[in-house]
Amino acid sequence: MAHDASHADAADHGAEHAEEHHPQWSTYWKVALILSVITVVEVWIYYTPFRDSKLFVPALLTMSAAKFAIVVMFYMHLKYDHKLFRVLFTGPLLIAIGTLTGLMFLFGKFALHLGG
Amino acid sequence: MATAAIAESHSHGEVSHHRTSTGLNHRKVAVWAFIGSECMLFVSLISTYLIYKGRSVVGPYPHENWTDPATGKVFKEILNIPVTSASTFVLLMSSLAMVLALAAVQNKDKPMPTGWWDRQLRSSKLWLWMTALLGTTFLGFQAYEFTSFVHEGLTIRTNLFGSSFFTLTGFHGAHVTVGVLWLLALLGIDYKRGLKPADALNVDIAALYWHFVDVVWIAIFTLIYLIK
Amino acid sequence: MTTMAAPAPATLPTTGEYKTGIWSWLTTVDHKRIGILYLVTALFFFVWGGLEAAIIRAQLAGPNMGLVTAQQYNQLFTMHGTTMVFLVIMPLSSAFFNFLIPLQIGARDVAFPRLNAFSYWVFLAGGIVVTLPILFGMAPDGGWFGYAPLTTKAYSSGYNIDYWVLGLQILGVASLAAAFNFITTIINMRAPGMVLMRMPVFTWMSFVVQFLVILAFPVITAALVFLLFDRFFGTNFYTVAAGADPLLWQHLFWVFGHPEVYILILPAFGLVSEVLPTFSRKPLFGYPVIVYSGILIGALGFGVWAHHMFSVGMGPIADSVFSVTTMLIAIPTGVKILNWVSTMWGGQIRFTTSMMFAIALVAMFTVGGISGIMHSSAPADLQQTDSYFVVAHFHYVLVGGAVLGIMAGVYYYFPKLTGRMLDETLGKWHFWTFVIGTNLTFFPMHMSGLYGMPRRIYTYDAGQGWEMYNLLSSIGVIFQAIGMTIFFVNFIRSWKKGAIAGNNPWGAPTLEWAIPSPVPDYNFAHIPVVTSRYPLWDQKAGDLVKSEAETTTGGRLKTAAELGIPMPFPTILPLVAAVFMTAMLCGLLFIHAGNLPLALGIMITCGLGLAFTLIKWLTSPLE
Repeated sequence: MAHDASHADAADHGAEHAEEHHPQWSTYWKVALILSVITVVEVWIYYTPFRDSKLFVPALLTMSAAKFAIVVMFYMHLKYDHKLFRVLFTGPLLIAIGTLTGLMFLFGKFALHLGG
Repeated sequence: MATAAIAESHSHGEVSHHRTSTGLNHRKVAVWAFIGSECMLFVSLISTYLIYKGRSVVGPYPHENWTDPATGKVFKEILNIPVTSASTFVLLMSSLAMVLALAAVQNKDKPMPTGWWDRQLRSSKLWLWMTALLGTTFLGFQAYEFTSFVHEGLTIRTNLFGSSFFTLTGFHGAHVTVGVLWLLALLGIDYKRGLKPADALNVDIAALYWHFVDVVWIAIFTLIYLIK
Repeated sequence: MTTMAAPAPATLPTTGEYKTGIWSWLTTVDHKRIGILYLVTALFFFVWGGLEAAIIRAQLAGPNMGLVTAQQYNQLFTMHGTTMVFLVIMPLSSAFFNFLIPLQIGARDVAFPRLNAFSYWVFLAGGIVVTLPILFGMAPDGGWFGYAPLTTKAYSSGYNIDYWVLGLQILGVASLAAAFNFITTIINMRAPGMVLMRMPVFTWMSFVVQFLVILAFPVITAALVFLLFDRFFGTNFYTVAAGADPLLWQHLFWVFGHPEVYILILPAFGLVSEVLPTFSRKPLFGYPVIVYSGILIGALGFGVWAHHMFSVGMGPIADSVFSVTTMLIAIPTGVKILNWVSTMWGGQIRFTTSMMFAIALVAMFTVGGISGIMHSSAPADLQQTDSYFVVAHFHYVLVGGAVLGIMAGVYYYFPKLTGRMLDETLGKWHFWTFVIGTNLTFFPMHMSGLYGMPRRIYTYDAGQGWEMYNLLSSIGVIFQAIGMTIFFVNFIRSWKKGAIAGNNPWGAPTLEWAIPSPVPDYNFAHIPVVTSRYPLWDQKAGDLVKSEAETTTGGRLKTAAELGIPMPFPTILPLVAAVFMTAMLCGLLFIHAGNLPLALGIMITCGLGLAFTLIKWLTSPLE
């Protein structure tokens, strides 16, 4: 009985990891290319006058968030894997980002201007 | 029946032979929970760095030159963006190598391509070695960075920047080191008996850890190095 | 609904299977035995921390008493808090996590049995590191929240704080390892049909708590690493002269500390949510709402930390935000209270000791909750903070909440744990003396606090209106001590001589009551199939577990081997790993002593020992 069940499980597992759910090899290379391009842009704008622009920090944060998301979705397979893993990761990540943001406000790293 | 189950569980180490209610592997669930937990650890370290940014009483500083009022000695801005950009790229590429190693193990039972070059690209040993080497290269860059900072007058005791910077990047480096050791252990198994598709889960778990350490560095590179 | 109304026939409280002797306990990987180890260790520390409290109350019984010096007093209140939080309430909860979670979800063990043993041994080692120094007058003396810069070397140059930093770091490892284990167990090891919304509320609350642990403990780990580096390696994280912010530690500590108080209380909430339905013979009122409010309490718990710091002057915006989030938490908590009361409403209440403790929790936690809401208002908090009013508040929620809930759990689950009942008459004596003592001790503290008595003073002058309240508090301690003594007598006596319990002495509805007491090492002879939240009220026992004929032979329960159930091997490796890890960290103490080579020698030797143990562990089969 236990034996049969474990065989059935193994079969399920095989199906779960079947090719159609997983990205192709070429996808991994394309993702690497995108990540490299973003990194190049990040470093490049560091050496341009754009560095003094108000948009420099938001631009960098956006790019690094994009890289973060791409690695997590494609290389860590979160886009394809069981939704439970998505919950296990994004829940803590949101609490972590919230804590970071809260601490930055509390230590005056972001100023909040209300009224005058 | 029971003996079959026992034999099966032996080959999987701590994996239970019992069915799981979600069909997911115990260790994979645990490692994702662990990664969630690590988010909070690194957020604490990064927050502390950012909170203390610009609060050091004495230099050297990350992004500006500093003149010691007592001696008149000038300390250059300390962060070396070109070198760190290179090491960042190295770590990114190690993630590519890691995901290819996993794909190689998962597809071991598929028919191999005929061309010599294509066959090499499906070798788990090649990509595991590549990941470990790129990881070690990253650590080499970090060792270079740390020693040059010390030569330029910044230690973990110098100022708040030194304390928070070395602690944050040191913790990250320690994580990379653990990852490299983990990869070497997998390589050991690969040489001893060959990693099979049944081992994909072991590689998958190591890969998740490795990629997570990579995404932490993506955040560190932007928040600590690029943003002034 | 009442197919299990009559208690099942009693079986002999022995499985004939357990090996005995010290070695079997040192090497056990059985979640039930680990639960017993947690329970006994935590009760030991309960006495230890209680004695510290008794000395504190004796010192404060009247004005200008000279029982202890100011320095000794600092050590006493620091260790009382640290012990009760980390070495009593958390491990008492852990005892129930270990013992109950697999039983409630219909599993044979936790997901990682050896990791589970490791958690216990690390906890024990950490507990020893923190508590032993008081015998040598070198106990930590910086308060249970160890505010830096006070705890940096500049202001606390002795070894005292070193033990605290290292001990807490070690205890954190234990809690984290256990939390990953239980998360995996609850996600992955539920019996067929045990969907999330059929899980017993205790398991649900434990599930929430494990997430609080994995998200809160890394923050204190980081804060402690900074303090450890400051103390041992001369970094500047908390050196104000170097520009450090004295609020950094406070913020990091409370980012951890507030979820931590929910880590302390939610398991007790879970336990009373098991006890109240059983003794009211009614399903829990609003089960989904209880579950959701537990999750909400946990999630909101990460957004309220700065309410512990209103007095530091964070500005009106921060104060308002944290006031509002704190008030929000009152909603899910109030919902729970309402649900518990509604569960009892119209029920056939049986006033067993367990039920009385559960009802007392509902009442006393409400008192503590109301004073908590008073603190959420920043202007009011400025008057109350650091006074005995706050001491009254958190003792009402921790003793009136967590401890009473755990006591309800102990009386309720003792039969499952040992196969024997705790004596009800002694139980009632325990209940009344302890609950009267608790209120007598902590209620007057509201008054002494409002009259301006600050926390942590080792003595006070007469004539400030504090004498009577302090004397009442101290007298209350005598009642609490009598109550706990009765409990320990009852506990030890009943373990060997109590009435035989049988499978389900209370007519309880959840899965753990379908199997024999004490539970055989394999828990379930076959994994049950669950079709409702209250399987034993809704299903026939025969549908859930195998019949006696199938599971017994010659008047005793069959062994795992006879039933063909593979069991994990006992192993000493988790204990060895825990010892090496603790010794490695304690090597740091020799840096403080100025002996760097010895420190490095110990750390490298133990580090290698740990590495080899882990390799051996990972390469040896589980079962």
